[in-house]
Amino acid sequence: MSSWDINPVLTIEHLTMRFGGLVAVDDLSFNVGRGDITALIGPNGAGKTTVFNCLTGFYKPTEGRIVMNRLNGEHFLLERMPDFQISAHAKVARTFQNIRLFGGMTLLENLMVAQHNPLMVASGYTIGGIFGLTSFRKAEREAVERACYWLEKTGLVDRADAPAADLPYGDQRRLEIARAMCSGPELLCLDEPAAGLNPKESAELNALLQYIRKEHQTSILLIEHDMSVVMEISDHVVVLDYGEKISDGTAAAVKDDPKVIAAYLGVPDEEVDAVEEEVGI
Amino acid sequence: MSSKSENFFTDCVKDAAMGGLIALALFSVLIGMKAEVASGLGGGLGIEYRWAAVAIAVAVVFGGRLLLNLFVWKTKTPVTEKAGSLMPSMSSLAPLGKYAMPVFLVLAVLLPFLLMSAYGARGSRQYLDLAILVTTYVMLGWGLNIVVGLAGLLDLGYVAFYAVGAYSYALLAQYFGFSFWICLPLAGILAAFWGIILGFPVLRLRGDYLAIVTLAFGEIIRVVLLNWYEFTGGPDGISGIPRPSFFGIEFTRGEGGFADVFGLDYSSIHRIIFLYYLILIMALITNFVTMRLRKLPVGRAWEALREDEIACRSLGINTTNTKLTAFALGAMFGGFAGSFFATRQGFISPESFTFIESAVILAIVVLGGLGSQIGVVIAAIVMIGGFEFFRGLEEYRMLVFGLLMVIIMVWKPRGLISTRAPSITLSGKKGKGISADLVQEGHG
Amino acid sequence: MEYFFQQLINGVTLGSIYGLIAIGYTMVYGIIGMINFAHGDIFMVGAFIALIFIVAFSITAAMPIALLVLALIGVLIVSMALTAAWGWTVERIAYRPLRGSFRLAPLITAIGASIALQNFVQISQGARNKPLQPLIPGGFSLSDGGADGSGFAVQLSYSQILIIVVTLALMIGFTLLINKTSLGRAQRACEQDRKMASLLGINVDRTISLTFVMGAALASVAGLMFLLYYGVIDFYIGFLAGVKAFTAAVLGGIGSLPGAMLGGLLIGLIETFWSGYFSVEYKDVAAFSILAIVLIFMPEGLLGKPEVEKV
Repeated sequence: MSSWDINPVLTIEHLTMRFGGLVAVDDLSFNVGRGDITALIGPNGAGKTTVFNCLTGFYKPTEGRIVMNRLNGEHFLLERMPDFQISAHAKVARTFQNIRLFGGMTLLENLMVAQHNPLMVASGYTIGGIFGLTSFRKAEREAVERACYWLEKTGLVDRADAPAADLPYGDQRRLEIARAMCSGPELLCLDEPAAGLNPKESAELNALLQYIRKEHQTSILLIEHDMSVVMEISDHVVVLDYGEKISDGTAAAVKDDPKVIAAYLGVPDEEVDAVEEEVGI
Repeated sequence: MSSKSENFFTDCVKDAAMGGLIALALFSVLIGMKAEVASGLGGGLGIEYRWAAVAIAVAVVFGGRLLLNLFVWKTKTPVTEKAGSLMPSMSSLAPLGKYAMPVFLVLAVLLPFLLMSAYGARGSRQYLDLAILVTTYVMLGWGLNIVVGLAGLLDLGYVAFYAVGAYSYALLAQYFGFSFWICLPLAGILAAFWGIILGFPVLRLRGDYLAIVTLAFGEIIRVVLLNWYEFTGGPDGISGIPRPSFFGIEFTRGEGGFADVFGLDYSSIHRIIFLYYLILIMALITNFVTMRLRKLPVGRAWEALREDEIACRSLGINTTNTKLTAFALGAMFGGFAGSFFATRQGFISPESFTFIESAVILAIVVLGGLGSQIGVVIAAIVMIGGFEFFRGLEEYRMLVFGLLMVIIMVWKPRGLISTRAPSITLSGKKGKGISADLVQEGHG
Repeated sequence: MEYFFQQLINGVTLGSIYGLIAIGYTMVYGIIGMINFAHGDIFMVGAFIALIFIVAFSITAAMPIALLVLALIGVLIVSMALTAAWGWTVERIAYRPLRGSFRLAPLITAIGASIALQNFVQISQGARNKPLQPLIPGGFSLSDGGADGSGFAVQLSYSQILIIVVTLALMIGFTLLINKTSLGRAQRACEQDRKMASLLGINVDRTISLTFVMGAALASVAGLMFLLYYGVIDFYIGFLAGVKAFTAAVLGGIGSLPGAMLGGLLIGLIETFWSGYFSVEYKDVAAFSILAIVLIFMPEGLLGKPEVEKV
């Protein structure tokens, strides 16, 4: 039994997602270990982003169960929750493949929006805020401090008051991570965080993710194409192809899995036969 | 060199001639021939020919286009650029922007006294009436700005809430004899309530669908008001709506009236001035609340919603509730303005609440610059004030109004004031404005 | 039962007119994604141009039938051309400069153009409504209401037949135009991706202009039909007809031509049946309520493609 099966933060069981006749995800089950960095990889169109959309509530899965186990012992069945509650109560945050920042708002504002729910409570659901309650002012100051903390961690603090759309691409990716972290998640889902980054930025990203995992009791599930990122930082790799799980294990184990190699590179016919014989089809 | 300038000239003339030709095609029928019911022939239609008018219209198009070609569109040195260099540039205007609000405020507060001293009690009445009208539209614009400018929800039926507010006051006063001061909050609450009822089913619609459904709701409310004769008086409307009192003191002549209590000579202008200050205060409260909300989590959530709804949901924001609060709040201010309208006019009918009103309010918000409070003020003064200013044009007024809407929008698509001020800054200073090009306009 | 059939016939006729206007909305929305608010007023302009020609050439029901038909076809062609010119001009002045600008700007110019057109016609043609003697009187009597005359007589007038036949013919012609010609292909390409279409050598501006021209031409047909059917027009008919036609376009699924036609028919039928069986005053409420209900429960309309939100 692998470490991620003992104390999983997220358990996905028999997840199936159909769009009409198309089966995007087919009977997928895996665990995300608490405190791990788990990578979900696979060729284009393998259904990785669909899995993300199912577990963050943007799609309702056709079948299956997704259980989020929070640190305080609460369990949430994500497939039954509306998307905004998954972030608010189950503490699952995500980023997007095509970055979705609030472009016309400043970096600081972006991070303040991420702390909407606690601030809403602190402002007495707006009514107290209008009259300027001191408890709200305090909460707001703390929110700004938390935002600054993440801006510093992502190296963006100098541009706190600049509009988010003005940032270069790599910075926007980091800002999206910072924004997700500001919502205080226990599971952070990153959809291709290293896409479009240069090697230096990519290395910085690795360090940031390691830091988040180590210091903030946040488990990370990421989709990635950049194998250097995957191999370097992941504790656990799940490989999808055509919506099905074809491999599941440590980075080293997955790397040598013939099915993974076949899925990525394609293989000569005779090798397919050999592999099929080996796995017993 | 000369051949080049000749080419340039013939180009311009050719282009203008094309314009003239198209104008001829367009105008020859609609202007040149007027189908009019002939007096003699048993009510049949006859044609009245007016070729001279066509010639004038075509000449205006040709001349106008030629001049524009020669001096603005085709020339390398457009006069607008020269004129523009004479005008102060936008950056030097920026510090002015900081003072614009206080200056407007002081002017607005002093306005009745300035007018009184300039024109006397009798002469200033029409200007005060105009100021009341403009301020009403400023308030409506500010109310709608919450919905369209901040939350990015396109509402084409805003006038419905204005109507709900007006009818709430009129009916409550008629059936229960409630006074203005009791009805004002009730009207706002009722309008907000209707905002929630109408908003709840439709707010998950996106973009233009939301626009068209709100338009439909606006029309439904108007048609119901028009046809529910027993309750609303139908097309006859409701008359004899009580005037507001100054905290219980009526604006009447004689014992116990406003003039008597304050030891003034009775004048009908007192009530007008009172109404002006009333709407001014109501509008300023709208502005204050909006500015305050922008800096609160709910206001930031509205703006985030306008920027990217999906990202909002991924951050745990209940987008339906957030939209509803914006919708209800905008409706509430519309309702307040409506009950003010009812008490000022003393008479309301469904005719005051047509789609064109919604269009005018939306135009004020968009022309002013989405989300910009001061922009709404400027746009309301330009549109409503300008509209009254052109009263002399009579029937041409609405035509000019429509054309102006087109021209201003083509000239400044993002509105007059288009930068967005951050709601919070790290440095603590008033942050630099964010260019409109970066700000999204919302999808709903 | 006879009453029902009469309402059905009237509803289909009205629906055909709405459908013709709705096509203009749906095509423009499909290609540039904006509500062309002035389209209803283009329809009104078309009705006026047709009226002016009919009066100017003294076309009356007293003419020999062959001549009358020829004259009406002539009026139709000329008014289509002139109305198309109006449609083109509105696009050129009010929408093209704002192409690629933000979404609300063209909506405001569209409302401005609508106000301007309405008031232009009001000034140039007068505010009073214009009654026209019926041009195509008579029709079939499908049921004479029983021997004792106690039943309800079902009338199918010639003008109703004309409206339905012309609409059908135009619909078929149009579907062929969009599906088979290179212009139609260019239009569909611009709908999908305007930038890519222009990179592939499609003149996007011209294609969009042609869309407006075609929409306006169809609206002018609807205008003539409206004139023949009701026999009276004024400068204000454009607003309500426009809103209802847009409702029809949304109901049928915006962007879809058969959808626009189907939506038009449904709106026409709903309105007619509501007036026939319930109350005339609330017929607009009925149409708008249907719109709201359909949008809430089926936002893509009846025949539209569901808009998939990419996350």
